[in-house]
Order: sequence, then C-alpha cells, then structure tokens
Amino acid sequence: MKQFAALFAAIDATTSTNEKVAALKAFYENAPDDDAAWATYFLAGGKPRQSIPTKVLRSAALAASGLPEWLFEESYQAVGDLAETIALVLPPPIRDDDESLTTWIESRLAPMRGATPEDASATLQSYWQMLDIERRFLLTKLIGGGFRVGVSKLLVTRALADFSGVDAKTIALRLMGWTDKNAQPSTAAYAALIAPVAPASDGAQSQRTDGAPYPFFLAHALNEPVEKFDSLLGDPRDWIVEWKYDGIRAQLIKRGGMVWIWSRGEELMTDRFPEIVKRAQTLPDGVVIDGEILVMREGDDVPQPFNLLQQRIGRKTLSKKILAEVPVQLLAYDLLEFDSADLREQPLSLRREKLEALCAASHWPLSTTVNASDWATLAQLREESRQRRVEGFMLKARDSRYGSGRTKNDGTWWKWKIDPMSIDCVLIYAQAGHGRRAGLYTDYTFAVWNRAPQSADEAQTVVAAIKAGLPPGELQLVPFAKAYSGLTDEEFKRVDAVIRKSTVNSFGPVRSVAPSLVFELGFEGINLSPRHKSGIAVRFPRMLRIRDDKPIHEADTLMSLNALM
Amino acid sequence: MAAVHANDTDLIVLRPQGMYCPAGDFYIDPWRPVDRAVITHAHADHARMGHAHYLASRDAEHVLRSRLGAIDLQTLTYGEMITINGVQVSLHPAGHVLGSAQVRVAHAGRVWVASGDYKTAPDATCAPFEAVPCDTFITESTFGLPIYRWPNDADVFADINAWWSANAAQGLASVLYCYSFGKAQRILSGVDASIGPIVVHGAVQVLNAAYRASGVALPDTQLVTDVADKASLKRALVLAPPSVAGSSWMKRFGEYRDAFASGWMLLRGARRRRGVDRGFVLSDHADWPGLHSAIAATGCEQVIVTHGSVPVMVRYLEEKGLHARAFATEFGDDALDDSAPEAAITTAIVQA
Repeated sequence: MKQFAALFAAIDATTSTNEKVAALKAFYENAPDDDAAWATYFLAGGKPRQSIPTKVLRSAALAASGLPEWLFEESYQAVGDLAETIALVLPPPIRDDDESLTTWIESRLAPMRGATPEDASATLQSYWQMLDIERRFLLTKLIGGGFRVGVSKLLVTRALADFSGVDAKTIALRLMGWTDKNAQPSTAAYAALIAPVAPASDGAQSQRTDGAPYPFFLAHALNEPVEKFDSLLGDPRDWIVEWKYDGIRAQLIKRGGMVWIWSRGEELMTDRFPEIVKRAQTLPDGVVIDGEILVMREGDDVPQPFNLLQQRIGRKTLSKKILAEVPVQLLAYDLLEFDSADLREQPLSLRREKLEALCAASHWPLSTTVNASDWATLAQLREESRQRRVEGFMLKARDSRYGSGRTKNDGTWWKWKIDPMSIDCVLIYAQAGHGRRAGLYTDYTFAVWNRAPQSADEAQTVVAAIKAGLPPGELQLVPFAKAYSGLTDEEFKRVDAVIRKSTVNSFGPVRSVAPSLVFELGFEGINLSPRHKSGIAVRFPRMLRIRDDKPIHEADTLMSLNALM
Repeated sequence: MAAVHANDTDLIVLRPQGMYCPAGDFYIDPWRPVDRAVITHAHADHARMGHAHYLASRDAEHVLRSRLGAIDLQTLTYGEMITINGVQVSLHPAGHVLGSAQVRVAHAGRVWVASGDYKTAPDATCAPFEAVPCDTFITESTFGLPIYRWPNDADVFADINAWWSANAAQGLASVLYCYSFGKAQRILSGVDASIGPIVVHGAVQVLNAAYRASGVALPDTQLVTDVADKASLKRALVLAPPSVAGSSWMKRFGEYRDAFASGWMLLRGARRRRGVDRGFVLSDHADWPGLHSAIAATGCEQVIVTHGSVPVMVRYLEEKGLHARAFATEFGDDALDDSAPEAAITTAIVQA
C-alpha cells in the first residue's frame, strides 16, 4: 500500500496536471499488476465497498485517540473530513507494514464486512497502529467508503495511454464499466485494459456479448444571446434540436439476449428499471441506445416532475404499486450501436435516421425533434419549456460524431437552457464547508418572509427577536432552501466574516445569524413538499449573487415562491 | 500606587488597552497606546506603534527597531530581573522568533507568566523555549486542537530541499511564500544553500539584516533587482510574503513553482484553498502536544487562554482539573504572522 499512498500523496500535493500524470505513470511502471488493477479502479472513480459503518469507524477512532468526544467533534469541524481527522488525531504508529494494496483490499478489508462492531473496531485499531498519517488516511477513506482521488478520469486515461502505448480513446472505451460496484478489478482485467489493439480483421464484425457501455458524449452550456446564434451556430437546419429532458441520462445495451442499463456515472442500474428491461425484449440484439430515463405515463408527452423519479430511485424494493404509480420510460435520442456495429464515427443525421426506424419497428419511445428555419422562432418555442417540464433545448450538430466526454473534437452538442427561476431571500443559518472550504462558512440556509413586512422597522423587530432568542411572532422568516455554490472565493470570505460577526447561536456545527444579508437564489424547479417546513422544495438551488442593494424587508415572500409553481 | 482593580489576587487583568499589571502599572503587548508597554515579540499584532516606553528582550532590539523605528526602548537579557513599581519583571525565551519572550511577573508571593506566542520545536534562529514555573500561565492557543502535531523540522527541510532541487533541475524558480519575520529566517537557516541562489523579497531582506545584526548566521540572500545573472533565477529559491502572489513582482521569475510554508498547511482543505503547488507544514507556534507540555511544565494552577482555539483549550484544561479561563485579546488578527489563518478561525466565537 506504500506505493499507492505515495501516489495519492503526490497527486494530492500538486496542482499541476503534468506532475499528476508523471506520478501516475511512475506508479504504473513500478506497481505489480494486481495493485495496478485496484489502483485503476479507484483512480477512475470506483467506490470502495464500505466495509464498516461510519458509526463504528467513529467510535473506534474515538477509542484509539483517547480524546473526549466533544474534542474529537471540534477537530472534525476544523478539518471537515472524517478520515483526515482520524488520521491526524490518532497517536503515532507503533509498527510498520509492507503489505500490498491488493492484500489490504482483498485479505484485510473485505473480510471486515459483516464483522460485529466489536471485532471490526478492534481490527481497525490494530491496523491504524501500523500506518503513518498518509496511509491511515487512505485506509480510513477506503473503509469509510468516501474515497476520492484528486485526478480526473481523463488524466488517468492519459497516463495509462502513455504508459501502455495504447491510444487514449481505446483506453477510455475499455475503462467503461470498470468502476461499477460489481466489477472486480483483477490482473486479467488490467491486462486486457492495457493490451495492444489487435489489428482489425476484415469484414467479420465480432459479435459483442459483454454489457460494457460507451463513454458518454457530453454537451457544453450555451449562454449567448439568441441574436448571436446565426454567427455562432449558422443555419438552424444544420442542427438537430430536441427538448432537453430533466431525467437520468442512460445507455441501454442489448447484446446476446441480455439487457444492461448504465447511468452517466457509469453505474449499472438495470435492476432499478424492470419495465424498461421488459420493454427491451422488442429490441433486436447488438443495439446500444443513448437516452433519458423519465417518469412518464404511456401516451403522455409531458414527463412527470423530476422529484418523482428521485423518489423512485430512492426505493430499495419496487412494489407493484410503485411500478404502477411511477412508471418510467427510456426516451431514446441516439443510437450508438446497431446490428453489433459501432456507429459512433457516423454523423448524427445518419444515426438519427436509423434510430427513428428502430424505434418505429420496436415501438420504442423516441425524443421529439423541433424544426424551425430561424433561431428567433426556436427562442420563442423555448419559452414553453416550463409547461413541458423540460430544461430548454439541446442543439446537436447534424454532422457530429459521438465523441467521448465533454469534447468539441467530434462536433458539438450544446445545452441551451432556460434561465433559472430566482427569488431574493435572507441568510439565516450557516455551516462550515468540507474539503477546500473546511473552516469557512459556505453552506447556507435561506428564508423568505411568511408575508411581506410592512416596513424596515417591522423587519428589524424580527431581527431583534432572533438576537434576543425570543420565539417568533406573527411575522416570520421561513427557511426553504439550502445552497453552497455560486459565490467566488472572495465573496465566500466576505460572507464568512459577516457570519462570524453576527452569530446569535450555535447548534453543533450550525450557526444561526442575525439576518442581514439578502441573496438572489436561482433554482431549476419548484414543487410542493410536505417534508419541508415551508411546504416547498426547490431543485438545484444556488446563489446567483449577493444583493447588497436590498435590505432584508425587501426580500421575497412565501407567496412569491408559490406564484412560481 | 496601584490602580483600582476588581480582583486583588490577579496580577494581570484585561483592560480595553490590553493585558495590564495593576500592581506594576504596565501593559503587556497592548493594542492601544499606553505609557509603559512590555513587548513579548516584534510581530505587528503584539508590538504596536505609539507607546511612550517599551521594554523587550535584548535579542529583540534590532528586529523591533527595524519595524517600529526610533522608540524609547529598554532591553533585558533573558533571565535578568528588574523591578517596576515593586513588581519583579523578567523575560524568558519563548522560542517563537528572534527575541521573543515570556514575561514573568512576580509580586507578593505570586508569579504569573504571559507567554506571548511560543513554540517548543527547535529553531536555529532564536533561543529555545524555556519553561518558567508560575501560579498562572497566560498561553496562546493558535493551534489548540489535537489535529495539530508538527512533523520533524529535519523532514520538512528535507522536503523543501527536494522540492527546490527538482524545480531547479527543470529550470523553474521555487517560490516559497512565508511570513517575512521569523518564518523566512527559519527557512533560510534550514535549507541547503548549495542547491542554488536564494532571492528574497524586500520585506524579508530588511529582517534578514536585523537578524544578521543580532548575530544570527543566515546564508547569502539577494534582492531580485541585485541579481546580475537573470538566468540564475531559474534555479533560485525565492522567499516572499504571501501578499505578493499574483502581483507584478512575480513576473520576473517566468515560469515557477510555488509553495506555502505554514502550520495551516497541515490540513488538505487549507492547502487546496491556497491553490499553491505545495504546502510545507512549518509553524512558529506550539502544536497541541507542545501547548500541553508547556503548560504542564510551568506547574501552574490556573491557565488563561488568549487568541486561537480558546473555548476548546479552556474546556479541555478544565476537564483536566486546572482552572482555566479566557482573555479576549486582539492578537492574531494580523496576517504578518501565522496566528491568522485566512478566515480567522475561532477568535470570534468566544467573545460573545
């Protein structure tokens, strides 16, 4: 594990991508194949199988550290990361250890799953005693299941390509599915990953029977005014325009009579959507469809809101009732493989043609395209997005190939989203962030008024009551959303300073503040939610800007939120 | 003689001007102008302008004058005792920076010690921390959390040397951000000067001169304007205060690697927030074990905690059976020394 810990530390210690790639390459050159396989799994974003519940992890650390619980908690608040806190507060190691990464994962960590909390805690404490801070951190991350490496999949692909001499596109394709939680990294899988490409045998297309997906092609955001589209994009007829659905991006693979459904995060989701699998019986073999999973009743052309889909994903077991009430469909918009042939190098117009024929023959739901001869007409149509429960338009160049990742090398896909809804609200609670925002108050809770205050003075009586710790009166600030993104580092520092100065009370890590700051909060959607005090849930809330120009009594009300629904 | 004060047994109390000894009628590191100030060390949040009389350690004289100019300054060697209004006052090494001192105050059978800032780790550029037995110990708590345990200096310097060598081999300057007073000189005393030339920012050079005048040996350092062979900059170690990052001063070095040396670099989050290539963990403050070994070594019954992790330290010490309380000081709010993280971490919480 020393080599992998050194690699992790090297990647973590530098911000230079060249140095990261160099460190990766050096690792691959020296690591045994089984360790390289596991390392690749983790580097590419594979999640460790959590073998110990966080509660047990925490209590074992507390016992090993000899600290009072409150002090451990204070330390955690300052660090913002449990594994790092544990690595730092434990006493120095008393033994050394030289076992490989593979031994650690397969022979030491895997057997801990299912152990009694007592046994797990004892074993863990004995492991911590033989590791320095770096490896302790790594081990604890691996056990706690929250392991992430500061390196993009693209860099790992680049390093593997450099090291093996296989081109990066092939490596990217072979890496697909590596990080699924059911994948088992092995020497054989690693050998296949870096094996030289076999020369193409003429004609005979080998029939694939595996369930691996293709790298997803991702779109770029288009934030220009429509007046510029003619010069930026040319004739709209060179583009395939589709509604941008708000569901789960997925690839459906049917090969050798089997069906797989993959998420964009490369997670295998086949079991979650039995009705899609069943429907795929009508599809021929050797087909890969790219599309969007949506909650949609048969015959409807408007999908149900995203939060229904979210509820459905949250279910561990899918009862008949759920399947009947929250039915899903995979709306197809691209065809990546047909008749076992990889179509990704063909232009989109041709793929779309084949897709339309396939969907017609197999009665498969197909995304609708929108035709218009000028951008202004499209801009006008886009105004219907909210009624249609879509996020705007997708613009895909007719001649685009299907690239891997967010690239413009193969022709471009644009997402032309509608502006977010927004509301002016008041910051009332704050919590310190994690990772690079540890120790800085960056996670905020926002409130709106239950009715419009009559005056600045009336609003100030609410502030005074909050400061004095009095129960709320008739006029109240009602929390409705949390957000932690959208501000620059400088703005966060400024807000952090205000929060420290205006703290009224602390509840564990959360501070309540005397309301003084108004923010414009943007979000993508809004729905009724009995689980929230305000009765409202917003989707993708983020801060658009600090409204220094607005006093708190001019912030919006519950009524203004309701009006957006 | 003495001013009226609330608690007759307290040798040092808090006043709006700063920590005050009523029996001796003098202040320690006051933040507002006073008649008589005893200064623990020359960092700007402890040694301010405008006092009528200053008392500091002899080792602090050059650095103090380089920062405050012509002041009315009396100095004491470490351990030398004087009497002010019947109160015995002596200064003892705090190991923080050159000339840093703990102030020992003895009167009517009671002994109090105010630590200023201190560290227990070795430092070639100043006298090592010395435990002074007392009844009440006034301690800082900048790094008062058990997560803070410093690595060995030798390992840190080896890391800095390795980083510098690797950059020099690639023809890249190694810009190491650090505080100009104390940290910079400690780094200079620890690096391997044979790796390449050492260039320092003007703010650092002024203090280097004061250190050298005080008899501290440092390797040769040049201002960038004095470097004749500009090509040699590609192999140079550059020490500069963090404030120059992104300024035009940096343009002279072409492509470079940067790093930051501070105790805060122990945390990954703090390192990433800095956005430098590397973070080296090097602090002039005591770490958690250092704070507690220092407190224990005084044999004190009462601890008063100033700037840093005040509530944590107070609670922890109370649980260990000591009397502990806080002084709400204005120390640590100055970025010249690393008592101030970018977001002043805990000082604001206690004072409520």
